[in-house]
Amino acid sequence: MAQLDTRAKLEILADAAKYDASCASSGSVKRTSRDGKGIGSTDSGMGICHAYAPDGRCISLLKILLTNSCIFDCHYCINRKSSNVRRARFTTDEVVRLTLSFYRRNYIEGLFLSSGIIGSSNYTMEQIVEVARSLREDHEFRGYIHLKTIPDADPELIHQAGLHADRISINVELPTASGLKRLAPEKSQDRIEDAMAGMSDAILDTADAKKHYRSAPRFAPAGQSTQMIVGADAATDRDIVSRAAGLYGSFNLKRVYYSAFSPIPDASAVLPLQRPPLMREHRLYQSDWLMRFYGFKPGEVADAADDNGMMRLDIDPKLAWALKFRGAFPVDVNTGPREMLLRVPGLGTRAVDKIVAARRGRRLTLADIGRLTVSLAKVRPFLIASDWRPVALADKADLQLPKPAAKQMELFG
Amino acid sequence: MRVIALDAEDDFDGWREGVRAAVQDHVAPERIVWRVGDQPGELFGSEAPATASAANFTVPRAFVDLARKAILHTDRERFALLHTLLVRPGLLDDAADPLVRRVEGLAREVRRDIHKMRAFVRFREVVEPDGARFVAWFEPDFHIVRANAGFFMDRFAAMRWSILTPEVSIHWDGATLAEGPGATKAEAPDGDPVEAMWQSYYAAIFNPARLKVGMMLKEMPRKYWKNMPETALVPQLIAGAQAREAGMVETARTKAGGNIEAAWAALREESMSCTRCPLHEHATQTVFGEGPVDAAMMFVGEQPGDQEDLAGRPFVGPAGQVFDRALTEAGIDRGTIYVTNAVKHFKFEQRGKRRIHAKPDAGEITACRWWIEQERALLRPKRTVALGATAARSLFGKAVTISRERGRALELPGGGEAWITVHPSYLLRLPDPVARTEEYARFVADLKSAAHT
Ligand code: SF4
Repeated sequence: MAQLDTRAKLEILADAAKYDASCASSGSVKRTSRDGKGIGSTDSGMGICHAYAPDGRCISLLKILLTNSCIFDCHYCINRKSSNVRRARFTTDEVVRLTLSFYRRNYIEGLFLSSGIIGSSNYTMEQIVEVARSLREDHEFRGYIHLKTIPDADPELIHQAGLHADRISINVELPTASGLKRLAPEKSQDRIEDAMAGMSDAILDTADAKKHYRSAPRFAPAGQSTQMIVGADAATDRDIVSRAAGLYGSFNLKRVYYSAFSPIPDASAVLPLQRPPLMREHRLYQSDWLMRFYGFKPGEVADAADDNGMMRLDIDPKLAWALKFRGAFPVDVNTGPREMLLRVPGLGTRAVDKIVAARRGRRLTLADIGRLTVSLAKVRPFLIASDWRPVALADKADLQLPKPAAKQMELFG
Repeated sequence: MRVIALDAEDDFDGWREGVRAAVQDHVAPERIVWRVGDQPGELFGSEAPATASAANFTVPRAFVDLARKAILHTDRERFALLHTLLVRPGLLDDAADPLVRRVEGLAREVRRDIHKMRAFVRFREVVEPDGARFVAWFEPDFHIVRANAGFFMDRFAAMRWSILTPEVSIHWDGATLAEGPGATKAEAPDGDPVEAMWQSYYAAIFNPARLKVGMMLKEMPRKYWKNMPETALVPQLIAGAQAREAGMVETARTKAGGNIEAAWAALREESMSCTRCPLHEHATQTVFGEGPVDAAMMFVGEQPGDQEDLAGRPFVGPAGQVFDRALTEAGIDRGTIYVTNAVKHFKFEQRGKRRIHAKPDAGEITACRWWIEQERALLRPKRTVALGATAARSLFGKAVTISRERGRALELPGGGEAWITVHPSYLLRLPDPVARTEEYARFVADLKSAAHT
């Protein structure tokens, strides 16, 4: 095989990484390179999206695979052993140089590195760790690093990864054990969960040690995340939400990413060929927000689903919940508890905070609320204000339900 | 009128000094003219020196943060607005107040501009006699450049860099920050070999099966595009997306791979634990489809009946026997076809000891469609025959009138052709023997045309 140059490899190994949904570069510790050595910084809050692709997704990190060769044969994966894709493999040094030269030009926040499994799990993991080590130690790189760990790799290697990386992750792949068994015969839910538990313990231990000794080494300060493929097995939205809730609870995850299964070249016959259900993926993320920011219990989110356990595609889950539990509304903006204001469709956390602050001084009118929200029409039926009391929530009568989304406009017709 | 001179559009300290003096001298906001840099002096108004008073008054931290941002806006009223807000009782408590909203609106726009500058500045490497320098050209909307310098110093401390903008340029030499006059795009370097790499990355990381142009435009408006190397590719990426997606699906179709048998077996096994709808609770087992996976014809019934539920196989009860006989008369070998049901669990009402078949509802049909779609994706039958309204609804995803559509080939959304006829159990239920004979003959005729066209 002819040698590929770095650019040709980049094309193959970025293409192979595009199915991974995680892109965040947020939530780590604050670092800078002001001391004059090295390069890079991270903010403790939001990461930065340096560009957006025409698929609407944020480009924040150089997201690539070390290699797309793999000894496994997972059906959903374009890199599986039996696939006919073109293979390539970066040297660790190539990845380091690419990361640095992109970073210096302000294209990226850092590196997201994953890999097909070559040789053995340990060998692959060693290579991944070596990239991170070299960036951190040889080049004093202070940008963001997210490493995907390999199932079955030695815990010591995972530990090394956590010392260099801001975030580490391992994918649970599918929401159901039966789906995983069918689509990823070489992987096992138990082994994946063991690895997650190990990382969770290490993160908690170091956070604890940090309290006692300032010099204690950091371990994945931005925590761990995971990804589930949606639409490749028979799991309902209700199944998926409760699985995610279980994962958040057991393994202290920062994020669960959902990746709508998308047709891949040379797909295995086990897979559906339809376009990925993007709206479904969006509704799952919204359900996730309900749990993470709006105080909904997993069971309550599941209640927003229809009788078959699927989220409605036409309205968001918060509105769906409110319509199902009309009795809980309207909420009085001047007296209602914060937790209930958070349940009002159309009121975000910021608007709720502002309402709570403003009502200390005076009674709020509907016009006041209008200045704090995007769509008064959406919240109005669910609120009482000093000059407003809605008629009873009749079936859709006073709700401005969104019209079915028009087909997406083409930019260059 | 009091005239207060500020050094620059973003001179927060000057504004603070001026406001402090005005408050102490009880000069109302509308009695002040703010002058920036060397704009010509106002006609009315004496440039009264501000009272140099050391007396302090304190303002909440939140206000200072807000003012520091809002002052970077280009709105000419911002100095006065902030002053008005500052002397108002209650200050910031009332987020719904129009003035607070307006000032917060200014700050929000500024914050966005700051964020976009951090995101969309693109450095190009220039080799100078004393080493490399990274130079960027950027056009901010507001007066944010000085306020944003710290971010780039934190990040690129060991690099030498310059950011050129129309209003001001900033230069970092590795130790100190210097300011220079505004620049033009022509003064910035116009290329960097690494850009070709970056473009390759941008094109490869994009998934053509997920085109969402509106979303991209919302976060990366067109006005930024002209200074970003990767955005030049957008039109061709969008134009090529449909072809690439079609190509992806097409390759998938032509190269089914040799694992259909295994895939089907795994799918069947997975279906055994399906809980997508409540029907699994009372039924004995999932009744999955059966037949050769390379069958050219697929038959879709409604749902398993009492006997199918017990046997775990489709079409073995009374309706199945009618179906078998009709198949033989139509010259179709049951061994060569694939038979399945739209709904894979038995739905019934218990009447004494008997379990009476009940019709699946639209929700159950929709829930169970997942399975039949997988079966169809695997087998890709040339012809699919829907037996009855439930089957037709499942295949087309909407209600279909059998009498109107029967007897001719219809195109299926996912490819292949569909034929619609009655369900064999309908024949069993006809009370009039003459009608039954006629309908049976029509059924056989339908099967024949489906098989031989
Ligand atoms: S009827 Fe279909 S969707 Fe419902 S539980 Fe059975 S197999 Fe699952």
